[in-house]
Amino acid sequence: MVDPMRIRANMTGDKVEVKVLMSHEMETGLRKDAQGKIIPAHFIRNVTVTHGGKTVLSAQWGTSVSRNPFLHFRFKGGKPGDKVTISWADNNGEKRTDEATIAGG
Amino acid sequence: MRIHRVLAGVLTAMLPCFAPAQQDTLKEIERYRQLLQDGNPAELYEARGEELWKRGRGPKNASLERCDLGLGPGVVKGAYVRLPRYFADTDRVQDLESRLVTCMVTLQGFTTEEAKRNPFSGTGVPMLTTDPFSGVGQRSVMTDLVAWIASESRGMKIAPSMSHPKERLAYQAGENLFYYRAGPYDFGCVTCHGEEGKRIRLQNLPKMTNAKDAQRAFGTWPAYRVSEGELRSMQWRMWECVRQMRFPELEFASDASIALITYLAKKAEGGALDAPAIKR
Amino acid sequence: MQPKMILALALCGIWVAGCATRPSDSEAERALAEMIKASFKTRGQATIDRLNQDEVQALCSEYKGEPPEGVRQKIEKSQQATLRYPVSGKMMGDWREGQRIAQSGAGRQFTDDPARPAGGSCYNCHQLAPQELSFGTIGPSLYRFGKLRGSSEAIQKYAYGKIYNSEAFSACSNMPRLGHNGVLTEEQITHLVALLLDPESPVNK
Repeated sequence: MVDPMRIRANMTGDKVEVKVLMSHEMETGLRKDAQGKIIPAHFIRNVTVTHGGKTVLSAQWGTSVSRNPFLHFRFKGGKPGDKVTISWADNNGEKRTDEATIAGG
Repeated sequence: MRIHRVLAGVLTAMLPCFAPAQQDTLKEIERYRQLLQDGNPAELYEARGEELWKRGRGPKNASLERCDLGLGPGVVKGAYVRLPRYFADTDRVQDLESRLVTCMVTLQGFTTEEAKRNPFSGTGVPMLTTDPFSGVGQRSVMTDLVAWIASESRGMKIAPSMSHPKERLAYQAGENLFYYRAGPYDFGCVTCHGEEGKRIRLQNLPKMTNAKDAQRAFGTWPAYRVSEGELRSMQWRMWECVRQMRFPELEFASDASIALITYLAKKAEGGALDAPAIKR
Repeated sequence: MQPKMILALALCGIWVAGCATRPSDSEAERALAEMIKASFKTRGQATIDRLNQDEVQALCSEYKGEPPEGVRQKIEKSQQATLRYPVSGKMMGDWREGQRIAQSGAGRQFTDDPARPAGGSCYNCHQLAPQELSFGTIGPSLYRFGKLRGSSEAIQKYAYGKIYNSEAFSACSNMPRLGHNGVLTEEQITHLVALLLDPESPVNK
């Protein structure tokens, strides 16, 4: 059971400002536990944000992004009431999709 | 955050070229703290905590919605800032976490041992040889609850009760513990927290007997600690300090931990709770 | 009722009420000892007996770190008696090794490997070599310690003694009694003395 993303989407001027907090271990695969065993890598590989059927952001992440990633970006073409959909997929094949409604500016 | 650590590392390496280098280091650290404020992962813990409060758990499959945190059964708003306090049903002074243990036992049917298990969140992989706090593949229910309950007091004035004789005794015991020098390093809390304007390495140290310092220090716990990727509470902060003092282990939700927290809460009286916060 | 009787009764009342809310000093001491026993437990190398105070720790706790003059002198005298210098007479070791010891904050925590030598944790509280920007301010800056004092045998003895038992010089000092408490070895202390006094040490450049 993966925690839902916490998404805020607001108008700032003519752009939509999106802030999303993702719950994910983002384990690099380089850390060792107390017994000296490597803790397996477990991290988000891809992030996709869509609006009105179009991809507005696409990201390829790796082990340099820290735990519980916070993503903050802006895009043009959205208006209050529209839905923004965010998806991530990790190296273990786990996925998560959440959506938010754009609030008024 | 690894990117920021790399950046900080590069900046630190370049610093000897600049003068005064020390000021630049401190400014960069302050800038780093500002950058952290947005998107506090504590929100994730708060969301889970609210759900855990309301969900039926344990042998009695009961929720915690009848738990009395001092303002009456089920009253969560404003409860955190009025703790620690005396509770008649247990006839002792309790902080938030020890009170949650009481409720988990009486309302939900857990044993005390079960309620105290895994009090501090971890990735699920033990990092220390016998560390009980990082449960294997298990989040910390206690940590999630603390995050949410503290958030329900955000912005309110820290006002621990000090009217009952046992509350005053707890304060006194906490003060005695604060000044207690012991162990192979002769440390007491006062060693690091007894003087104004000091720091250990580059970490500023609050003087706990100074109201402003105490308010800022006490008022920013619980907090998400970026360097650990976990949300940490006052109980954890006491445990961790005591470990670094070279003392034996301070037991979770023990009387001494409650006494210390009572002392610090009283020192921080009047400050506004700015928690759950985010720290390095 | 006679005025004397009223006064006596009133005083009795205050005395009784006072007793009800304030424990005697020895009661408070006992309560604290019981609380400590019930709240702390041995873990790894950090055994419960670490919380048994020696006389100095007890005095410094009682006076909250600020003992009156008579007590100060008593503590400093008793701690001076504990000073032990290397039998060989050689008090200055290798400043490079001293730098490593000064940087290390490991030692005696229950998370530390007991087999691994403790560090001095010096940079936690002091500035030393100017290149190290990550230093604490709980203790005074030791930058140019040797440059300002020279490295005569007397200064070597002083520096060695300060590290061995700081309270021989300053009662209730915040600085751990690193030699007396067995945290650092004689050899380790000589390396720290070199870090402080050797003209080639970065501390003195």
